[in-house]
Amino acid sequence: MTIGIGHYLSVAAILFTLGIFGIFLNRKNVIIILMSIELILLAVNINLVAFSSHMGDIVGQIYALLVLTVAAAEAAIGLAILVVYFRNRGSIAVEDINLMKG
Amino acid sequence: MNQLTQFQGLLPMLPEAVLGFGALLMLMAGVFVQQSARSAGIVNGFCVGVLALAGLAIVLMPAGRTSLFEGSFVVDDYARFLKLLALAGSTGTLMLSLNWLTVEKQQKFEYGVLFLLSTLGMFMLISAADLIALYLGLELMSLPLYVVAASNRDNVKSTEAGLKYFVLGALSSGMLLYGASLIYGFTGTISFTGIAKATQAGAGLGLIFGLVFLFVGFCFKISAVPFHMWTPDVYEGAPTPVTAFFAAAPKVAGIAIFVRATVVAFPGITHEWQQIVVFVSIASMVLGAFAAIGQRNIKRLMAYSSIGHMGFALVGLAAGTPEGVQGVLVYMSIYVAMTLGTFAVILSMRRDGVFVENIGDLAGLARTHPTMAFFLAMLLFSLAGIPPLAGFFAKFYVFLAAIKAGLYTLAVIGVLASVVGAYYYLNIVKMMYFDEPVKGFERMPGLLRLVLGVSGLVVMLFFAYPAPILDAATVAAKSLF
Repeated sequence: MTIGIGHYLSVAAILFTLGIFGIFLNRKNVIIILMSIELILLAVNINLVAFSSHMGDIVGQIYALLVLTVAAAEAAIGLAILVVYFRNRGSIAVEDINLMKG
Repeated sequence: MNQLTQFQGLLPMLPEAVLGFGALLMLMAGVFVQQSARSAGIVNGFCVGVLALAGLAIVLMPAGRTSLFEGSFVVDDYARFLKLLALAGSTGTLMLSLNWLTVEKQQKFEYGVLFLLSTLGMFMLISAADLIALYLGLELMSLPLYVVAASNRDNVKSTEAGLKYFVLGALSSGMLLYGASLIYGFTGTISFTGIAKATQAGAGLGLIFGLVFLFVGFCFKISAVPFHMWTPDVYEGAPTPVTAFFAAAPKVAGIAIFVRATVVAFPGITHEWQQIVVFVSIASMVLGAFAAIGQRNIKRLMAYSSIGHMGFALVGLAAGTPEGVQGVLVYMSIYVAMTLGTFAVILSMRRDGVFVENIGDLAGLARTHPTMAFFLAMLLFSLAGIPPLAGFFAKFYVFLAAIKAGLYTLAVIGVLASVVGAYYYLNIVKMMYFDEPVKGFERMPGLLRLVLGVSGLVVMLFFAYPAPILDAATVAAKSLF
């Protein structure tokens, strides 16, 4: 069996879904949410690189590199906000983020 | 000599360059001058100057369309119009912030620098003409916003708002990115015009999936239903001037890219995206009208109000015609003016050295502060869409475009929603004019008076002299088609 574009897309779709569910089903810890966000971005990268090599077009790989860079910046900001939040609240459990009800 | 001509080619990016270099310069100034609240205040004041300079650069740029970086960055009339609008939003809110930061002892130079960087992101987003530029602009706009939401870092509500905004914002940009990857894969290109060529004959299921994910990301950024959940919490928790910023500037950029991406990249599958936009628009208008009724906190009320207004603006996009886009542009200009004015009043609700944010605190304002009450009443009438104030014309143009495009249901539901929404605006007016006065607020600072006066005049006099905004919006809308 050869591994084609469909397989890559399936893996990416599964990872993406796992990431989404990780954000919404997890009631424990905000760190897990940050990990889920990374998972989503990596799923996107698999998609981009798979399409790029399938079509022989370099743009997708450049896109993936830029996504990696931005993901790092995003994680840094997320962790910084998390630290500030922990100092005030003394907890990073998801169910404790409830001062304002939406 | 050769290098000189290269730089000349970059001239259309002058406003972005001013903002970028200005932000770095202000950062250096903030770090190296004496660390005190006073010098931080001066740096923040200079940031207003940098924004004004960028505005000057936009105005002085020659008209017409140029594109840079292999077509990924476009400067046309549409971009110029919306950049000026986003700039008005951020300049106005930064001016509103200065007094708040001083009296709350929150004066930090990073605040102004983050505003500049976020505005730079909005500019990149407004000019984006391919998926990479879109994503980078969106992130450059959003990342500083997460930080300023949590900028009152000893306050648990502010940090919670920052955390919520970050998690949901990151999720939304992840979704947008997944959509972008699918669109890239199924069309083979990332440029909007290339995508338009590839979708001329219609689109397959994969592309529609990508389009939906892309729209999810946009809807998050402009807080349209069903992706609005973060808005009330973040608006309530974030420091009030930051809330004003969220309500004014990023919405303009979000709507700008929403319209540009759909109109330029997907004209071949109008029927498909029209259904989504119509649904989002109806849901936002209805939710904005009904959910705001029970609110006590004025910042939460403004959150629901802004959700509703985004719904109205999307009515124009749903039409998908040049008139519709013109309606969206007029709507956004008037929306920015109304938001700035209303927040100027909210930011002067200070009594006994504490900022208050309950609607009940406005009771009897007409007797304690008659001028402020009059301006706020005009702004609220305009938000409700009562003629002859500007808010009425904003709604008029989008509904007119919707009817011309045959979207009768959408227009009828929109008018009904605006009637329901009028209830809570008028309720505040009733409180100000007919309820027993509570203790008056402290004196309104000069800069806030200026912002309130200018936005109040725009709202009141628009009907007498609408030509500048209308003509500019017409030209801008034409440049997209």
